[in-house]
Formats: sequence, C-alpha cells, structure tokens
Amino acid sequence: MSTADEIARLVEPTGGRFGEFGGQYVAETLMPAIGELEVAWRAARSDPDFWSEVDALLEDYVGRPSRLYRAARLSAEVGAQVFLKREDLNHTGAHKINNCIGQAVLARRMGKRRLIAETGAGQHGVATATVAALFALPCEIYMGAEDVVRQSLNVERMRLLGATVHPVESGTRTLKDAMNEALRDWVTNVGDTFYLIGSVAGPHPYPWMVRDLQSVIGREAMAQIYAAVGRMPDALVACVGGGSNAAGLFAPFVDDENVKLVGVEAAGDGVETGRHAATLTAGRVGVLHGSKSYVLTHEDDERMGQIAHAHSISAGLDYPGVGPEHAAWKASGRATYLARTDDQALAALERLARTEGILCALETAHAIAALDEVAASVGKDGIIIVGLSGRGDKDMVTVAQRRSTPGQVP
Amino acid sequence: MTARLREAFERAAGEKRAALVAYLTFGDPNVQTSLDVVEAVAKAGADVIELGVPYSDPSADGPSIQRAMERALDRGASLPGALDAVAELRRRGVETPIVLFGYYNPIFVMGVERFAERAHAAGIDAVLTVDLPIDEIAELATPLAAKGVAVIPLVAPTSTPARIARLAPFNAPFVYYISLTGVTGSKAAAPVDPARIQMIRDAAQAPVAVGFGIRTPADAARFAAVADGVVVGTALVDQVAGGDASGAPARVAELVAALSRALGR
Repeated sequence: MSTADEIARLVEPTGGRFGEFGGQYVAETLMPAIGELEVAWRAARSDPDFWSEVDALLEDYVGRPSRLYRAARLSAEVGAQVFLKREDLNHTGAHKINNCIGQAVLARRMGKRRLIAETGAGQHGVATATVAALFALPCEIYMGAEDVVRQSLNVERMRLLGATVHPVESGTRTLKDAMNEALRDWVTNVGDTFYLIGSVAGPHPYPWMVRDLQSVIGREAMAQIYAAVGRMPDALVACVGGGSNAAGLFAPFVDDENVKLVGVEAAGDGVETGRHAATLTAGRVGVLHGSKSYVLTHEDDERMGQIAHAHSISAGLDYPGVGPEHAAWKASGRATYLARTDDQALAALERLARTEGILCALETAHAIAALDEVAASVGKDGIIIVGLSGRGDKDMVTVAQRRSTPGQVP
Repeated sequence: MTARLREAFERAAGEKRAALVAYLTFGDPNVQTSLDVVEAVAKAGADVIELGVPYSDPSADGPSIQRAMERALDRGASLPGALDAVAELRRRGVETPIVLFGYYNPIFVMGVERFAERAHAAGIDAVLTVDLPIDEIAELATPLAAKGVAVIPLVAPTSTPARIARLAPFNAPFVYYISLTGVTGSKAAAPVDPARIQMIRDAAQAPVAVGFGIRTPADAARFAAVADGVVVGTALVDQVAGGDASGAPARVAELVAALSRALGR
C-alpha cells in the first residue's frame, strides 16, 4: 500500500475538531493563513508525489525505517514482551525530525520563504534548524530565556545549523511563552512565513497534519511487529507532552480496540503537589495556543483562566497544554493516560540503560516508567510496543546533577 | 447594550468627528488606580472604553500591553475583578460604553453562561475576544446576546472579502479593523484604503473603528478622516507606566483630551 493510501485510512477531524476538541482559536489575521495551510495539507496528504519526496528524505536523510527492537532483558524484568520503537536512532536523535521533513516539503510547495518555530528543550528547534539548512531556508527559533540557559548545547547546535535563536523573556520564559512569541512573529510576517509547529497542538490543521506526519512511527511499527511475531501488539506506550510521538504511534492502531493505548504524562514532583505537567491527568478543558483541549489553568477567582506553570524534569514535557486528539481519546476512553514523577522517570532511565544499554531521553523515560503497570495488565506473553522517542545525550547534565543531589531539579 | 455603543458612534458622527476608543488594561498599575484612570479617561472625552482583562499568555499583544498585563496580574487583577470594576465604575456614574477586551480562556473557565450573566449585571456593553475569530465566536456570542451584550468582530488586513461578507449576521455595534499585520503597538500604522473601510461598513452594516499603531493626535487625525472610530491603546498604556501611579489618571487623561480634539473632520 502506498503512503498516501495508508494516510487516507487515518481519522480526519470533522469541522477542524476531534470530537469537541481542536478548532481554530486564533487572531483573525492568521485565519486566512491557516485556511491556506489546511487546503495545502488536504491536497498534499493525498498526493503520491508529496509522499514520495517525504519518504525519500525519511529513508536517505533521517535513516528510516527506525528499528523495532525486542528488549529481552527489560522484558524479563517487567514481565511482558517489550519492543522498543527506536526513534532515538533518527538523524538529530528524536522523532521530531519526521514532522519537520514533512512540513518543510509542504512549505516549499506553498512557496513560503522563511521558517519559524518554537522550542522547549531544543529538540524541535534543532530538527527545524536542520531541515532549514537542508532546504536552504532562513530560520528563526523562539525559545524561553530559561530554556536557553538550561539547554545551552542545543542553542549552540541550532546556531551552527544557521538558525537565529531568540530568547523569549516574557511570562514564565519557557515553552508556552516561546509559542506565544512565535505566534506574534507569524501574525506580523504571515505573508511569507511558514510556522513549523513541533507538536500535535496549535490550531487546526496542525494537530491533524503533525499526527499524519508522525504516523510513520505507528505505520512502521505495525508492519514490523507483524514481521516479528505475526500479530498485533496488546499495548502501545508513549510519553505525552504535547503528544506528537504518542499520536504518531497510536493513530494507525486506533481502529483496533484490542490494542491498549497508554500515554504517560509528567507528574513532576507529584500530581498532588501542583508542580507537574500532567495536563490530561489533572487539568481541565480550556483554550490555549489555538485549540480547545485539556490545559493546566487556574480556576480560583483570583487567577481564573490564567495558564498555570507546568513543571517537569523533562523540558520536552514541560507544557501546560496537550494535543486535542489526545483529549478526544481520553474523553472516549480509547486511550488511557498515566503520570510518572521526575524521580520515577530518572529511575526508569537508569533501568533502561542498565538492562538494554540504551540511554533514552528524560521524556521517553516517563513511558519506560509506566511499563510495570502496563505489563501487569497484558501478562507475560503480552506484547508491548514502547515509543522510544529520543536519545538522552541532551539530558546528561541534568541527570548527572540530579543524581548527585537527589530531589533537586537543576 | 448595542444601543449605547451605536449611540456613541452616531453622536460622534453628528459632531462631524470620529469616535475615540480608548484601551486600558484593568489592574495597571494597580486595581484602584486603574479605576481612577478609566474614570478620568471617560471625563476627558473618550467615546468608548476598551478595558483589557489581563492574561498570562497574550499572544496577540506587543511588549507594552504584555508588560501592562504582567503588572496587573502581579497586583491580583483577574476576570472576576474586572467585572466587579465595571460595576464599580457604573456606581461612580461612568456612563461611557465599555467593551471588555481579552482572551477566551478566562471566560471559558468561568463558563460562558455565568460570564454573560455577570457581564450584563456589571454594565458591560460588548466583549472583544482576540482569539475567537468569527468561525468560533458563536459559542460566546449566543449566550452574550441572550443577555443583551454584543460581541465586537475583528477584521484584519489579511481578511478576505468572503470572510468580511460573513459579518452581517452579528449585528455588531461596531467592527474593529486592525490596520496592520502584527501585534499591538509594534509599528506605525499603515495608511488604510477608504474603499476597504467602506466595504467592511457595508458588509457589517456597522461603523468601523481602526486600531493598531495609532499613537499620536496626528496619527488619530489621519485615520479619523476615513474611519468612524479610532482605537488608541499602547500609547495610553505607556502613559500609565510613564511615571508615578498616582499621576497616571492625569497623564492618560491629558493624552485622551488631545486625541479627542484631533478627531474632527
């Protein structure tokens, strides 16, 4: 089956929404631009020429398909058959590049001459700067001033790749503020600029488009698990910040109700402490960055509707919103969402390193941390695919500091 | 309260001038002083007051209004506080129509029905939400209309004729035309094509106020020649921030008076 045929089988939003979630809650100035983007995406996703260009780059440049690796020692420890979908082996070290390649090809088809993006930990910024270099497009990245300090190595990577990095000093000086600033740039330069959003968040059509582009993870995994064991998996597990790697892994399996879908959010210091980023677990429905979904927002009179600070040891999950399709999956019960703390994620990172010789990203470690619970529900012959969304090199300073001073977030 | 806003524009037109819409952020520099600022602005000749509800993530606003909102939030300003403030202004005898400006999430979290009830009770004439384009606005406009509170639609330089044609059913007391692609206060306003203003006026069957980048009486005079109303925001917010809190009402009122004098045709 061609990629366009596979993509055509994925759920399309209705009226820009997944159930009641999604929509286009943006300034009027941007409405024509997202309308243009929606038309362009609808045409591209059914166009075999678009996919042959994307697929060739994914193969030759990114190094796809990524491996589906049977993690024997980890399987023995958790008591289930665990397979790791190795997005960490992609060029630039995470799943983010899948989406960036697709959007860059689309930007070129649309005649856009400039890329902008927001980034938290810097992984999406690096992936965007990478495709900008590949496509010879000028690129500007917005990054919270706090994250610029915390993730200085990724800032240097983006600059080496030719991008301009703008530290954002407003608000909490983190990812959500970077996204605000990218929206301000877009509203100002909407004619020639393509806003390359890094997750399944933002106004329609972004959640749909990014999920389609990331669905390569799940489409490959489905073929690979059939080749390996001859049947569908019992459960899929992936971490959820905005939720793009989870959505990409889950989407092709959604129709098969026998496959459990488990998203794992960041519980930070613990959901009960209020210092967390577990939006689906502990948030409520609201509107942020262009879509209606779950958000972390205050409800008391003094701060009613103000967006709350998110907290996680993992900068990539440190976001007070989540993609609207995840909200719909939660509402329908199709997917289950768990939350794991900073300490649990750190322990899981160490466990994966020790058992399999794989240093995963702190984001990914949240999914690993949920494996015991998921394994208990599928049994020792049950098959679990984990979205191993990224590698941990970027987190080594954080991990080293945390190991030397337990309980302290650097 | 569509009538009171319509009357404000009709009165200005009768006096052969554009209406002055004055934007201020509730709670800046603090809650009490911001009430005094609004009262002074009403007395100084503003035809409509646009009162901004501070928000943690004002993604359509430039640095001046972002900082004003941060100051206001630091001083405990909130959506419920803004509704109480308007009620207090009405008790003080301020009759100027008030448009509540803001972002949708605080209203959504309060609940649109409850918000509509409280906005009506407080004496708010209309609501302008920057992140509710006409495609999404029904979920707020419908409950507000049931309480007699209007919504103010926005039109941008990028809005297509097809989108502008969709304004008719809103029965808006006025339409806010954004003069430039960008955020508030970012650069000097570009000249506006009178034919485009007329097209919006005809489509919406409502007066058109132009805003974004209008800072000085000279700017205001230029736009007064083509539009039914002129919105000034960042320049007033800068006056609030430009000295002692206690002097803010007088500083802002002085600029409002100068702007008001410049709007004759």
